[in-house]
Amino acid sequence: MKRRGRMVNRSAIGRKATAHRGNPGYPSLAAPALVTTKEITVRVNGVAHTAAVDVRMTLVDFLREHLRLTGTHVGCEHGVCGACTIQLGDLPVRSCLLFAVQADEAEITTVEALGTPDRLHPLQDAFRAHHGLQCGFCTPGFLMTAVAVLRENPRPTVQEIREALAGNLCRCTGYQGIVEAVLDAAERLMADRRK
Amino acid sequence: MKPAPFQYAAPESVDEAVALLHDYGPEAKLLAGGQSLVPLLNMRLARPSVIIDLNRIRELDYIREDEGEIAIGAMTRQRTAERSPVISRHLPLMAEALPMVGHMQIRTRGTIGGSIAHADPAAELPAVLAALEGTVVIQGARRTRRVTAQEFFRSYLTTALEPDDLLVEVRVPAQDGDGTAFLEVARRHGDYALVGVAVAVRMNQDRCTRARLAFTGVGPIPVRVPEAEAALADRELTDSVLNDIATIVRSRITPESDIHASAEYRQEVSGILAQRALRTAGSRARRQTGRQDRIG
Repeated sequence: MKRRGRMVNRSAIGRKATAHRGNPGYPSLAAPALVTTKEITVRVNGVAHTAAVDVRMTLVDFLREHLRLTGTHVGCEHGVCGACTIQLGDLPVRSCLLFAVQADEAEITTVEALGTPDRLHPLQDAFRAHHGLQCGFCTPGFLMTAVAVLRENPRPTVQEIREALAGNLCRCTGYQGIVEAVLDAAERLMADRRK
Repeated sequence: MKPAPFQYAAPESVDEAVALLHDYGPEAKLLAGGQSLVPLLNMRLARPSVIIDLNRIRELDYIREDEGEIAIGAMTRQRTAERSPVISRHLPLMAEALPMVGHMQIRTRGTIGGSIAHADPAAELPAVLAALEGTVVIQGARRTRRVTAQEFFRSYLTTALEPDDLLVEVRVPAQDGDGTAFLEVARRHGDYALVGVAVAVRMNQDRCTRARLAFTGVGPIPVRVPEAEAALADRELTDSVLNDIATIVRSRITPESDIHASAEYRQEVSGILAQRALRTAGSRARRQTGRQDRIG
């Protein structure tokens, strides 16, 4: 069956034979080598880490198992629940859908950088105050998403918050406390900026 | 480890990627945004022996105006396109559809080319490409070719891409004269569409001179309805006309039933979304024409 939109190439055999004589249709660059392990250097929360990893290790597993940063959680492992949300650069991404080797030379921020128990980030304090968590499993993912949302939209409406957080699932709270926490945190952060 | 074992390469140019595809094409999968591929790898539903990571190829990240078309590099992130003034001005249909593609975190990594090459039957961007009659630019080892949306989408998750092809660019005619609308019904915000429709209409005063409708979620590929489009030619978009269009759409759409929705539901919703989208697109077109009249 002739395919529309594509010319039938009748000289395929001939072209392969001339490939080594600098046929412009044949890429002249050597293809990069295939590897199964790679040494990577990743900056996580401002600290550089170098490690040799299997190419199929996911970024979330690297953070948890190699770096012992277990604040980032593994939920569904197929990009639906958001429990694994971290920041790559300053944008939220699903770390279960990235391989560690893809984070080579990148800047990663995890929930551990947000605050400490003695010095909670205003967003964390707002979650505490508004019952934005019960079991806490989804919370790091919500925090990392919300921080990025508020950075881009410092005065979100309730509807905007709900849409922005739609990629994070919570089985405990029913979301109302989470939305209120983010609204409250937005005000607190605005107030901090005005100081 | 989650995925089955694979070998990995991260080319830094299109030429390097094409060379890898030439050597390993049939055993390899291309990794773009990874938001569709990596779940399949993690669940071992896909077990390619080679992964070619495209994320270091900077030359494929661009949005350009080029002779009446908008040319989008295949590795342009959906998030970038969502915030692009070029897209919002010249491709408002894509700008309206993009916020419905997954969630914000997905759009941070997901790419325009990846979504189109993956060709999920319920995805939004393939329907946008079909409605606007865009083309894709495909680079193989021997030559570059352009394929229209109509020829590109073949079946579920199946396109005109050969094992050693690389989709490098998506080209869409600038929609400066048309009114457009994208509507979708899904159970939750961010889900794949149960039914979605992308509509572009050109109006002359109150009469529609050209209409294009492309549905997603109702078949293996984006579905155009030529009988509905023909029935709109030179008609006013009155309630009566739009009712007729809904009837035509319902009779022409043949969706499957699945766990998310029945075929009857999808048919019914297709007709309703077509009406609403045409109404919105028509009034947007008239507002645009009104603006152009005042300026010109």
